Amino acid sequence: MPARTLQAENLHLWRGDTHVLRGLRWSLSGGECLQITGGNGAGKTSLLRTLAGLMYPEEGRILWDGEDIRRDLPGFQGDLAYIGHEPPLKLDLTAWENLHYWIGVRRRLGDAELQQALERVGATDWLNRPVRTLSAGQKRRVALAGLALMGVSLWLLDEPTTNLDAAGQRLVGALIEEQLARGGLVVAAMHHELPVSGAVLRRMELSAGLEAGRA
Amino acid sequence: MLESTSAVSVPIRGPATSALGAAQLMLARDIRLAFRKRGQLIQPLAFFAIVTTLFPLGISPELSRLREVAPGVLWVAALLSSVLALEFLFRDDAHDGTLEQHALSGQSLTWLLFAKTVAHWLLTGLPLSLMAPLAGLSLGAPVGSLGGIVVSVALGSVALSLIGSIGAALTLGVKRSGALLSLLTLPLSMPVLIFGARATELAMKGAGFAPPLYLLGALAVLGVTLAPLAAAAAVRINLE
Repeated sequence: MPARTLQAENLHLWRGDTHVLRGLRWSLSGGECLQITGGNGAGKTSLLRTLAGLMYPEEGRILWDGEDIRRDLPGFQGDLAYIGHEPPLKLDLTAWENLHYWIGVRRRLGDAELQQALERVGATDWLNRPVRTLSAGQKRRVALAGLALMGVSLWLLDEPTTNLDAAGQRLVGALIEEQLARGGLVVAAMHHELPVSGAVLRRMELSAGLEAGRA
Repeated sequence: MLESTSAVSVPIRGPATSALGAAQLMLARDIRLAFRKRGQLIQPLAFFAIVTTLFPLGISPELSRLREVAPGVLWVAALLSSVLALEFLFRDDAHDGTLEQHALSGQSLTWLLFAKTVAHWLLTGLPLSLMAPLAGLSLGAPVGSLGGIVVSVALGSVALSLIGSIGAALTLGVKRSGALLSLLTLPLSMPVLIFGARATELAMKGAGFAPPLYLLGALAVLGVTLAPLAAAAAVRINLE
């Protein structure tokens, strides 16, 4: 089976009067990680949301394995994980209950698998506590456990190391490297350096919706 | 422009959850959440009980007068209670980002929102229909009519939840959306109010109340067919 590919073709996105993305083009293959950097308002989050099919570009298209994602959007979205600034968790459910629902809606999930993923992110002692009582870093770790369990080809991560301590940041790096080793793709928007090997990492700096250096 | 030459080839995918399984998970989650946030659960029921109790105090304790207004009072109170509960239907999920995850789950968003609306009906419409006989008795409804009242409110509240889901989805991006939600939902709910009140009136008179009940059923079926589609489209627009 050929490697999975994600391509952005001449992406233009407007929000009101603001030209957020201005003709972005790039392509990424299985086993590669693209780190998007850029200042606040450069369009990193908009790019990730556009790649996830949550925002519709006014011009250009996104190709997944050479096909426009709009041809089978639910199919494409079922094969990606998008984690935004805030972990998508219900505060009144426990970490366990959150993942049981969040991942369970996508794929069949065994209790042992869930337990293992939560243990890996260091949630053993608090997996049955309501998320409301967890720290921001602990919530982020629950989201990472979800990410690891999702079993999808494409990860779109917005500032995945926010609120994490050094060990948590190393965990993000390890998870990304495992995803890439499986042939998956990762696009991550980050201000800081991603803790992964330089061999699989490519960088793109966004500036006012343009790849820096392109006019 | 970035270009790639890598050729790693491992598709990664676990066995997908069935649509029915996803809906069951959604129902279980929303019911569990409702019992952990009891305020939201009790609020519409308390409103319904208070409104139907205040009317006899405000009009007259005379049963013959109360019987005349009972169908209208019951249905207006049920309608307003239903609207009160609608504000929470999608709002919390939109705020914490889980609504976005529904859209990205690979499951049909229409189907998941339908499951959410069913959970909403089980948590508000069904309890309202079970409370309706008590409210009916306080308004002088004969004991023999209580079955008809329960059935009509149950069926009508299905239609109200479905119609309301469209309004709740359309007003997701609006701060303090309560007033706008009422403005959108109440006019669309008029047929439910009319047929529901008529069914209740006929049941209280001991007459056959099947015709308005059939019409309520037709509205509920129409709602099942169209409302989740419209709600999903509105949610997708709001997620942009």
